[in-house]
This record gives sequence, C-alpha cells and structure tokens, in this order.
Amino acid sequence: MAAERRLILRHIDQPGYTPDIDCYRRHGGYKTLEKALRLEAAEGPDGRRLTPQERLRQEVAVSQLRGRGGAGFPTGLKWSLVDRTSGKPIHLICNADESEPGAFKDRQILYKDPHQLLEGMILACYANEAHQAWIYIRGEFIQGARILEKALEEARRAGFLGNNILGSGYDLEIHIHRGAGAYICGEETALIESLEGRRPYPRVKPPFYPTVFGLYQCPTIVNNVETLCAVKHVIEMGGAEYAKLGSPNNTGTRIVCLSGCVRRPGYYEIETGKVTLRELIFEESFGGGLREGRRLKAVIPGGVSSRVFRAGEKVKLPSSDPSEQGAARAVDALDIPYDFTTVAAAGSMSGAGAIIVLDDTVSMVEALANIAEFFAHESCGQCVPCREGSFWISEILRRILRGEGRPQDPDELLRIARNIAGGKTVCAFGDACARPVESFVTKFEEEFRAACGARIGAPAGGE
Amino acid sequence: MREEPTDEVNAAIAEIARRYPQPRSAALMVLHFLQERFGCLTPPLIEQAAEQLGLQPVNLYELVTFYPMFRMRPAGRWHLRLCRTLSCALAGSAELHRYLCEKLGLDPSERGPQTTPDGRVTVEFVDCLARCHQAPAALCNEEEWDRVDKGKLDEFLRRLESERGDELG
Ligand SMILES: Cc1cc2nc3c(=O)[nH]c(=O)nc-3n(C[C@H](O)[C@H](O)[C@H](O)COP(=O)(O)O)c2cc1C
Ligand code: FES
Repeated sequence: MAAERRLILRHIDQPGYTPDIDCYRRHGGYKTLEKALRLEAAEGPDGRRLTPQERLRQEVAVSQLRGRGGAGFPTGLKWSLVDRTSGKPIHLICNADESEPGAFKDRQILYKDPHQLLEGMILACYANEAHQAWIYIRGEFIQGARILEKALEEARRAGFLGNNILGSGYDLEIHIHRGAGAYICGEETALIESLEGRRPYPRVKPPFYPTVFGLYQCPTIVNNVETLCAVKHVIEMGGAEYAKLGSPNNTGTRIVCLSGCVRRPGYYEIETGKVTLRELIFEESFGGGLREGRRLKAVIPGGVSSRVFRAGEKVKLPSSDPSEQGAARAVDALDIPYDFTTVAAAGSMSGAGAIIVLDDTVSMVEALANIAEFFAHESCGQCVPCREGSFWISEILRRILRGEGRPQDPDELLRIARNIAGGKTVCAFGDACARPVESFVTKFEEEFRAACGARIGAPAGGE
Repeated sequence: MREEPTDEVNAAIAEIARRYPQPRSAALMVLHFLQERFGCLTPPLIEQAAEQLGLQPVNLYELVTFYPMFRMRPAGRWHLRLCRTLSCALAGSAELHRYLCEKLGLDPSERGPQTTPDGRVTVEFVDCLARCHQAPAALCNEEEWDRVDKGKLDEFLRRLESERGDELG
C-alpha cells in the first residue's frame, strides 16, 4: 500500500510542535546550517578544488532536485546559470506567493515551520554567495507574514542572520515583502517587478533567466518555499542520498495538495513518482475516495493551469521497458505515477502539486466557467491576446450558463484559447489560461455541445 | 483617525525604505502600512509617501489601482473575503456569498468589495486563498475561517447585530 513519506512535513502537525525557534532547535533545527558554515574547501569528483560554497552547490546538483514552484526546473542547473562574474551582488528571492488555485502546501511550512524555510534559505544564500534575500509572500497571508517576521527576529537574535553569522564571516539579511492580491506576482519576473515597486508586468524574455538579469538587473535566484526546504534536506542528507528518494529525474519528496470532491482533502508528502493518482485519490491514507454514491468524473492534476484528465481516459506513455525502445503504451490516466515527467508525458503537468477532484455531480461547464473567471480577473492586461481572450472566454461561458449558448460556442472557445496559447504572450499565464479551456472542451465535448444546444426553440446554427 | 501623515508615520516609512537597496522597492510595504494605519489610501497619504520615497504620485497610484488589496475608500469595520474559486465553489461558496449579500442588502452578482450603507461590513468574493482543503475558505479581517457554512455566517450576522445594539446603547 502506498504511504506518505514525510521529510519536509516531518514535524508539522505533531502535537506540541510550535513555530518558534526553540522548538525548531529542539528538533535538530539549524544543525545543518552550523555544519555547512564549517565546511572547508575540498577536492571535487573531477580533482578540481571546490570552495565550500561550490561543494554545497554540487550537492544540490547531484540531488537532481527540481523546483516545486510549478515548472519543475532543476535547482542545481538554475544555480549554475547565476552570473558570478558580473561583479554585481547576487540576490535570492523565496517565492511564497502561493496563488495557483488548488495549492496550499507552502502555507503549511510558512505558518507551522517557518524556521525550516529560513534554514533552507540561509543555506541557499550561503551556497550562492547572496547577502540580501527576500521572501515574497502573498498579501492574504497576513498571519503568515507576522509569523515570518517573528521567526526572522528570532533567527537574528540567535546569530543565524545578520553580520558574521556564527563567526563564519558570512553576512546575510532577509526581508519580507508582501504582495497585494495579484496572482501574476507568482510569475518570477512579475514578482521581481513587484519587488522593484512597479506594476507586476512580466518581463519580456530573453534574457530568459533572472539568474543573469534579475532584481535591479543583478543576478537573482527565485526559488519556491518547498524547493528551499528541500535544499535543507539535500544538504543534510547529501545529494546522492536524497536522490535515492523518489524516482529517476523525479527525486525526493513532494507535497501534494488534494481538494475538491474527495473525502479527505489535505496535504500529503510522498516520494515523487512512488504513488499513482488513483492511490492519491482513493486510498484511505490519502484522499479516502469519493463521497457516498459518487463516481469520479475528472481530475485536474496540477492546479487550474493544467490540462484536465477525464475519468477512464487512456493516455499514451513511452514504454519504460528498454526492449520496447520507447514504443507508446496506453495507460489509464489514473494509473500514472504522480511526478513531473510522467504527468507531462501524459499531456498535462503536475505543476505545484495541486490535484482537484471532480465527481459526477459537477458540471464541467460550470467548473470551466469558474476557472475562466479566475484567469479573466487575474490577467495582468499587458498582452492583448491574454487580456482580451481570457475576458471573452469567461463571457462566453457565462452566456452558456445563462442558457444562451450558441451551437458554435464550443468551437469559438477553442479558437480563442488557441489564439492565446503557444508563445503569443510575454509570460506563461497565456498558456495557463488556454490549457483548461482546450482540455475541458475537447475531453467533455458532448457536455459543452449539449449546454449550448439546450436553448428551447433556438434555430440550429443561428446567431 | 488622523488623515495627515505625522512625523511618526514618516519615520516608519523611512524605516521600511531602509530595507531595500532602492527606495522605490518599499512602495508596496509602505502602502500596506499606510492602509493598515489609516484604513484606506487617500490622495494626501499617497502623495506624501511618494514624495518621501522620491517618486511621482503616479508611481504609487498605478500600484493602488492595480493590486486588488489596496483601496482608496474605507472598508467596513469587518472585511469578509469569501473564496469563489473552484474547490470552494464545489463546496458551495457561491450560495454562501449570495446568502450573505442578501442578508446585508448587497448585490450578489458583484464580486468586488461592497460595503453596507452603515459602513459596518465589506463583503468581497475573492480568488483562491490557498486553503482549498478547508473549503469554503474565508478571511475575516485577519482571521482565517475554514469550512464556512450558513451557521457560521448567521453567527457573524448576530455578532454584527449585537455590536450595533451596543453602540446604540
Ligand atoms: C502565472 C504564473 C504563476 C506562478 N505562480 C507561482 C507561485 O505562486 N509560486 C511559485 O513558487 N511559483 C510560481 N510560478 C513559477 C515561478 O515563475 C518560478 O518558476 C518559480 O517560483 C521558481 O521556483 P522553483 O524553481 O523553486 O520552482 C508561477 C508561474 C507563472 C507563469
Ligand atoms: S479554492 Fe478556495 S481556498 Fe483555494
């Protein structure tokens, strides 16, 4: 039977575990940082002499850790792209904007174990020689910001932040920056604009990565809350040991957020790729199945920005058996392991780990209308296809819900979605808003057509 | 409530600005601070803060008009943000929003913030609050409400009534 594997959530929700520094230290907190700061230069695998910072970065590269913010970008690779020759200061930003509908994992860490994040962040800053860092926390986490302020104060007093940390000669300051209710601020270049005091309009790429031109045009690392906690465990366990958890190219653990029509919605930490979607939804140790008498209709595997799976849908995956030379095999979408690679190969994505379950009482038209309204409201308005497209998609869906849908509306929705997706916008929001539309309408075509043809006395095909 | 920024407020703004390599970066945190302190962001407050950060007023106005959490008019003493996004909608948040709006004489089809004529309550239908496992989720001022239902809303309405009673003496 599949089970949780709690690494980051190890102490969270245990009776008596509190977010203060004493509790964290009683549970071994900041030991990894103390050790890391005492690390000395040593010879690397290729015989080259590595600085202590390089050794830490090496561990992260060896761990094959992938970012938990949504894109699954390899953290070691991101860090290796940092321009260390520019002479400009290197900045690090923790992305605590957590606003993808369906995601609520970072919040558990921020509210219940803030020092774990701080330890991971200080380690990441030290490894990258950053001396100034920020935590960008979404505006609605009012209590969360306060908990973090207190944690920062405690860490400063204990000598883990400030000048000459634990006598190592290393200086670091971390500050909190609160967002103010805009989803787009989670996109890393919008986040940087927001932190610079501007409207959060995502930046035009190239340059592709903030690791070269980020905050104040300085090399900047943006990492998610969960990623930075994983860094702490990578350094603690060693990269090779960490990489034994999970599956190849999907190492370590991930926190999965389960919501919607399941008996036990919640957050569950699993070894990446060791548990299937079916197990996550139906097993007693996870979602516990659906409510009495309900049947599964659809699963949104990675937040509302991901493509939906229809219950019973068969997806084509390249065979893992080498003798079959990658020939495609059809697998039930529910039986794919929950990781980055397989969910993507099946045509969707695991994103920030947000699974939303829909049962047979849910109208797919209503569900999509809800998602579309979110995107229409949250489009920053910078790019015309996204601003106008997201608005009209939402308007058409509202019209369908009012019973005034036209027979051509499903095709119209697809046409608009395709005119937004595929690199026509400055940031990935455009594709994010098109994916649910495209997948809902094609995979539940009948339902959308029925909703549009249901108008009594409507002339077929008429305007 | 005082309308004009005082020396003490100016000192607080300077303190926030010191956390950043460039003062403009302090804009959001300064606006949060002023809104929490004065209830809303009035033109004199915005213009004074802009001057102190070395910015043009428009540099702050464009933020106030973009970010949903900032407001130029006061909100009610109670600001209830109810989540409208998918997982909460599946748990009935639209009906709860309608119920509350009807009870308070507000427009259920409006998702943006609306305040009762007596200035007591602001209701807003917001996007995902990152507590989808405790749907329907709400934020009442700074208090996080989980699994909101009609009973919880009725309790809130009763609290408002008794508050009004207290004030009338
Ligand atoms: C529209 C949009 C919203 C995003 N929202 C978030 C978010 O709320 N939190 C987050 O960590 N990453 C978010 N991301 C991803 C970030 O751009 C960035 O890739 C991530 O923070 C990098 O961290 P990681 O490498 O540790 O995953 C978003 C991306 C897009 C396009
Ligand atoms: S959908 Fe309501 S809290 Fe996420």
